[in-house]
Amino acid sequence: MKAKHQRLILALAALVAIIGAGLLAVSALKDEAAYFYAPNDVKTKGVEPGKAIRLGGMVVKGSLKRAVDGVTIRFDVTDGKATVPATFSGIAPDLFKEGSGVVAEGAFDDKGMFVATNLLAKHDERYMPRELEGMSYNEATHEMKAER
Amino acid sequence: MIAETGLAALWLAAALALLQLLLTFVGLRGGKPELLAAVRPAAVAQGVLTATAFALLVALFLRSDMSVLLVATNSHSMKPWLYKFAGTWGNHEGSMLLWVTVMGVAGAAVALFERALTRAAHMATLGGQAAISLGFYAFLLFSSNPFARIAQPPADGQGLNPLLQDPGLAFHPPTLYLGYVGLSVAFSFAIGALLTRQVDAAFARAMRPWVLAAWVLLTLGITAGSYWAYYELGWGGWWFWDPVENASLMPWLAATALLHSVTVLATRDALRAWTIMLAVIAFSMSMVGTFLVRSGILTSVHAFAVDPARGSFILALLAIYIGGALALFGWRIGSVREGAPFELVSRETMLVANNLLLSVILGIVLIGTLYPLMTEAFGHKVSVGAPYFDRIAGPLALALMVVLAAGPLTRWRRDRAAAVGRRLIVPVVIAIIAVGSLAVLAWGRIGILPFLGLVIALSVGAASIAPLWKRNLWRTPLFTWGMVIAHLGCAVSLAGMACDSAFTVEKLVAARPGDMIQTAGWTIRFDRIMPIAGDNWTALQADMTVDRGGAPTLIRPQSRFFSSPPTTTSEAALLTRWNGQLYVVLGEEVEGNRWQLRIWWKPFVTLIWLGGVMIALGGALALVGRERRGWLMKWRSRRAMA
Repeated sequence: MKAKHQRLILALAALVAIIGAGLLAVSALKDEAAYFYAPNDVKTKGVEPGKAIRLGGMVVKGSLKRAVDGVTIRFDVTDGKATVPATFSGIAPDLFKEGSGVVAEGAFDDKGMFVATNLLAKHDERYMPRELEGMSYNEATHEMKAER
Repeated sequence: MIAETGLAALWLAAALALLQLLLTFVGLRGGKPELLAAVRPAAVAQGVLTATAFALLVALFLRSDMSVLLVATNSHSMKPWLYKFAGTWGNHEGSMLLWVTVMGVAGAAVALFERALTRAAHMATLGGQAAISLGFYAFLLFSSNPFARIAQPPADGQGLNPLLQDPGLAFHPPTLYLGYVGLSVAFSFAIGALLTRQVDAAFARAMRPWVLAAWVLLTLGITAGSYWAYYELGWGGWWFWDPVENASLMPWLAATALLHSVTVLATRDALRAWTIMLAVIAFSMSMVGTFLVRSGILTSVHAFAVDPARGSFILALLAIYIGGALALFGWRIGSVREGAPFELVSRETMLVANNLLLSVILGIVLIGTLYPLMTEAFGHKVSVGAPYFDRIAGPLALALMVVLAAGPLTRWRRDRAAAVGRRLIVPVVIAIIAVGSLAVLAWGRIGILPFLGLVIALSVGAASIAPLWKRNLWRTPLFTWGMVIAHLGCAVSLAGMACDSAFTVEKLVAARPGDMIQTAGWTIRFDRIMPIAGDNWTALQADMTVDRGGAPTLIRPQSRFFSSPPTTTSEAALLTRWNGQLYVVLGEEVEGNRWQLRIWWKPFVTLIWLGGVMIALGGALALVGRERRGWLMKWRSRRAMA
């Protein structure tokens, strides 16, 4: 094979690989970029049961209840416009509490209950899940406010 | 005085970097070669000065000098000394100083020890290194001064995030940084080679040890980081596709591709332009990664807004270096002559396939990491998570493993497909047996990716040992041993990942002291719960006796409370056996004196990190093997002269 041809083949292979990677990424992003949902997105756009998503919002005050088994909790997540019921079995993060922000990973079941497999709460007092920035919770009125 | 001395050392080092850059520029371009004599001393002095500045910052942390802003906001006088020490780089300013220090010391090492390059290329490389350092000095001195004082020092300081108070975190960031910055040397080599038009096998042989060393450290850093996340965060996972993790994975992927292409260039004088390109990309990725993490734009867009100067500085630096290097590449690459040709079926082609697959994975991780930032600029908040990365990177990584198995069994320059096929018979037979037996044993019980992972791990394992077949093991070069062990390490890691995702057993209970819990063949007796106190924390500790038909063992998961800053962390109890790990996390108390317990039995999960260590060991052996040959030759020629 001539060196020139070889260069051409290499360049073509690299081009195909780059385009392929771009297409793959775009197709996957189309499905997965709608990965984070606020409760209002769930209400307006709808999420099919079983699809893995992240649900983010604030834990509604007074909604947190523990099941008899001691490890399952039930709570409501709100973004001020809509509220979604959720459950989680496991050890909740230390900073997971009512009136605080949470991002829950999991999927909806057939009855519209969000079954979380993982809870991401604030790591420390300063850190906030970045999806929840611009949201705040009014302690007095129990209202969520989207700041932008 | 200590802080002021440190700051002065930093300014001096920055001035020397500017001088070094000017000397090389005027010396090489302006036809004044006598100026070049001062370049090496300047680089060495720069290394000494940065090391001094860093040592002084460490001293400030160890002495808990609260009049220094950085110490006051990131340390606490009651902290154990190890975490005062580690706190030096557990923050933005300190870690940037560490970065500059490693760069300065690496530059000094290139000045002192590099012998393989021509003088012009050597000087151009040092000039390149000075140009990169200058930007970082400017960043540090103008927007992130680690030595800034405060007017009213607090008595104790705010403390270090308790999650970071772990021996693993004391050593893991410096290892990663050594790797990141090692890639800056490869970058400078590429710039030097382009400037002096000396892109050839000799250049690749000079660059390879630096790439190998950086890659070994990156591998170790990522492995340690993954294990730290696994045991410290208490969630039982080892990879999260978190932007911070991706930031270290991206340079590693590029460095892995570079490592292989530089070998092609060094041994076969092919892939010249491609190798230069990868050297540029590898360091660009470590800059992108560090900045994404350090600027805070990924964990919080807020930090970007609070200090727009810092964010803009970062973007400007990225644009100048990556843009400048790419422009130089585009301008000069036409003059790089073609390397040696090779046939379609050859080791070279296999390595090209490896490079392309690694680059594609890199591209996908990069797009996934940056996409949320880009859409956010247009006002949409999206988050890209594990499903995206798993879905594409998973299959591509498995394809990469197939190339990894076949590559070393292919000859350089020219081979016959039938001959390669024959050499692959044993791994293929093992794969078929593995598919058959796994299908009988576990079909329908484990997912398709873990299934394929196990099959590929077994056959890649066999294929990686194959190059040693029928060889005299004593006379096999260390470099070959390195390759075999590193490739075997990939198979071992893959096997660990597949086993973890396929066979992990989880049990979640709320138990009273005295209860017995049965899971995955283990009997766990919850003996009691008791309060204990440590250096700067208090904890509730659960004592448990675990037993699986052998001698009962005591394990003690804890829930720790730190008062400054007020945080609770959970310290998982890990019990390692040859065939897996028992992982127990203590949760909170629920009514009726019951305690939440999360128990995992993770078969063969330790293989993940064992594989990582093997990969790094393989790289280290290859490095020693190549270098030792050089030392031997030098020694022999000296003896012949005497």
